[in-house]
Amino acid sequence: MSDIKIRAKSSNGVTTVKSLMSHVMETGLRKDKETGEPIPAHFIQEVTAKWKDQVVMTALWSGGVSKNPYLSFKFNGGEPGDAIEITWFDNQGNSETGTAEIS
Amino acid sequence: MIDNKRRILLKGSLGAGAVGVAVGAGLLTPGTVLAAWPKTAFMAEDQSTALKDLLGSDSIEDSDKVKIKAPDIAENGAVVPVTVEGEVSSAKTISIFAAGNSTPLIASFEMSESSVPFVSTRIKMAKTADVVAVVQTPDGLLGAAKPVKVTIGGCGG
Repeated sequence: MSDIKIRAKSSNGVTTVKSLMSHVMETGLRKDKETGEPIPAHFIQEVTAKWKDQVVMTALWSGGVSKNPYLSFKFNGGEPGDAIEITWFDNQGNSETGTAEIS
Repeated sequence: MIDNKRRILLKGSLGAGAVGVAVGAGLLTPGTVLAAWPKTAFMAEDQSTALKDLLGSDSIEDSDKVKIKAPDIAENGAVVPVTVEGEVSSAKTISIFAAGNSTPLIASFEMSESSVPFVSTRIKMAKTADVVAVVQTPDGLLGAAKPVKVTIGGCGG
């Protein structure tokens, strides 16, 4: 697990955020090819995105989102220099937060 | 039979106690405690059940205001880029389904007042099927579907 990569750009009053998270996103349906044992589910369940401490978007996910998830969204507002904060929580109790400035 | 039921009841009350212990021990995720992750909707094996649980209704109006961008052919079902845009003034949520997956609900995005109804992500698809997007507006659920041909499924292994 590493940092969340975030790129946020404001243009004509709309901020576009693109982010890349690092996560295995195991559905729990796959089996280990060698042992045949099921691989336990391990995926991000929730992602919250904040702009200046205000939640602008919450994503609820299943294991059906691809490994190392990509997420992009847009919101009205945001100036260059404003802080964007993205936090994910997974089904095993882990979480991670990344921040970036709007450019 | 009666004994059996008593046992279940007992187990049930013991279970409630155990949940608290499990949370304390960090066995249960704080995520599920903090947020209402809609487990039933995500576990549902058909779209209609998932929609009812998630949004309270499964009556979707097909609308060209819901735009789905996804490839016609996905060589690798494990990574299918999907972008959903709602040409609506106000959207509460945007949900994405892969109709051919064993649990079709992939993701649901809760919008805020400042949100633009736009999300883009990458999803897993088990087989050739429709990607369905549902945009929840104050006037009801608007939906659209886009077929994606999957060459290699991305859910098994």
